[in-house]
Amino acid sequence: MSADTPRPVVRVSGLRKSFGEREVLRGIDVEVQAGEVVCVIGPSGSGKSTLLRCVNLLEQPTSGTVEVLGAEVTDPDVDIDRVRTHVGMVFQQFNLFSHRSVLDNCTMAQRTVLRRSRAEAEQVALANLERVGLADRAHAVPAQLSGGQQQRVAIARALSMDPQLMLFDEPTSALDPELVGDVLGVMRDLADAGMTMLVVTHEMAFAREVGDRVVFMDDGHVVEVGPAHQVIGAPREPRTQAFLQRVLDPTHRHDTSGTSPRV
Amino acid sequence: MSVDLSASAGRARMSPRRRARVARGVQYVVLLAVLGLLLATADWETVGQTIFNPTSAAQMLDRVPNAFLNTVTYTLAAFAVGLSLGTVLALMRLSSVAPYRWIATAYVEFFRGIPALLVVIAVGYAVPIAFGVAFTSIVAVAAIALGAVAAAYISETVRAGIEAVPRGQVEAARSLGMSHTRTMVQVVLPQAFRTVMPPLTNEVLLLTKDTSLLFVLGQTREQFELTKVGRDALSTASGGLTGLFVIGAAYLLITIPLGILARRLERRTGGRP
Repeated sequence: MSADTPRPVVRVSGLRKSFGEREVLRGIDVEVQAGEVVCVIGPSGSGKSTLLRCVNLLEQPTSGTVEVLGAEVTDPDVDIDRVRTHVGMVFQQFNLFSHRSVLDNCTMAQRTVLRRSRAEAEQVALANLERVGLADRAHAVPAQLSGGQQQRVAIARALSMDPQLMLFDEPTSALDPELVGDVLGVMRDLADAGMTMLVVTHEMAFAREVGDRVVFMDDGHVVEVGPAHQVIGAPREPRTQAFLQRVLDPTHRHDTSGTSPRV
Repeated sequence: MSVDLSASAGRARMSPRRRARVARGVQYVVLLAVLGLLLATADWETVGQTIFNPTSAAQMLDRVPNAFLNTVTYTLAAFAVGLSLGTVLALMRLSSVAPYRWIATAYVEFFRGIPALLVVIAVGYAVPIAFGVAFTSIVAVAAIALGAVAAAYISETVRAGIEAVPRGQVEAARSLGMSHTRTMVQVVLPQAFRTVMPPLTNEVLLLTKDTSLLFVLGQTREQFELTKVGRDALSTASGGLTGLFVIGAAYLLITIPLGILARRLERRTGGRP
């Protein structure tokens, strides 16, 4: 990346995505600067996961452009595998390779994609497993680990590729409540270390404390963007206010008249 | 009106627990009755002479080990071809290139539909005439003919296995920068084969028995497989049906260890997440 003005790590503009008749993203503009942690919040079905998956092209956008690390991934001739090498992704369902050990999970792509030697790959893998507190489980198979441990391995696997951007797709949504903290702790450390992160999450406390900026999405639109403490602490848009009230105070009896949030 | 559901109120009818006990008792009685009937009505002297005749068994025994080895060899050759070709067909079936899909579908429909015996005859006699080649070894014919048939079934099994691999596994591999092919080889196929281990074991067992079809090729003595040896023993009067039972036992000697091996392999390759 050349540039006097630093280029954003991710630049999404005019992004639209339809699944058949259903338009899930209706013109999204989002940027993520280097070193920034951007959290995407919003009701389920609002398109936030689809937005994230368009960044590394797990979903093919219908129109609009997505630039990642200076490469336009919406260009049909982009070498997407090369771009993905620099973009780590963590999934809601962990998606560890179930037939391989924890260590193999972390070395497979290093060896086949980055062409690192076994020794080097294992060294990098172990360092990252150490970072997520699981170096002692290197020879376990995924099925022997708890959900929280699996998710931390998934983070170590992504980090082993030395990514410049990490995408998190609801990383704690499939976890038992007592395991959420371990994973969020690892993500917080990662943010503190300066990693650029785009995080789709339902953890409002994480978004407020760790996020630099928060994007609130609803119904395929970005409704509100701003500093994390502002969007979550003092949202300006009625839809953001309604959503946050429901999330932060779920047992509250809601007023169902007037500008009620959609379900 | 309230309903009285206490045990005493139900006395008039039998409780489900007692009914189940009676039903189990009846099943045991039926089993014992059938066994007793078989034992009582069979003519044991004749059975000893014609079905479990030790001298007759001893006569053929020296020919069994070679036939056993041949059966195993033919099976392995056919399975090697069946598994490789079957995997290729499965991948073709899932290809984004339409003609590959058509070819694979046509192949599967064709070879699933015609009897294996016809294929063996065709490869053994028609192909040499058509292409001017001569198969010197029966192993080659076994591999081609039985392998071609097995490939049709195996491809469907493998395809089901590939489709059963969770989408997330592919997405995880692709998000790490692995190419489509690499993902297939390192992530999808290993998991697919683990899933289809039980039906794949079935394929091997079926193949083992299908090697008996090779008799139509006219084998030399050294090429005899188990069933051929059994049929020969049948026609050498004295022992009656004994030969068939010896051969049956020999087949079980292949298939049962294979079943155990497959179960062990399945366990060793680990569970799902």
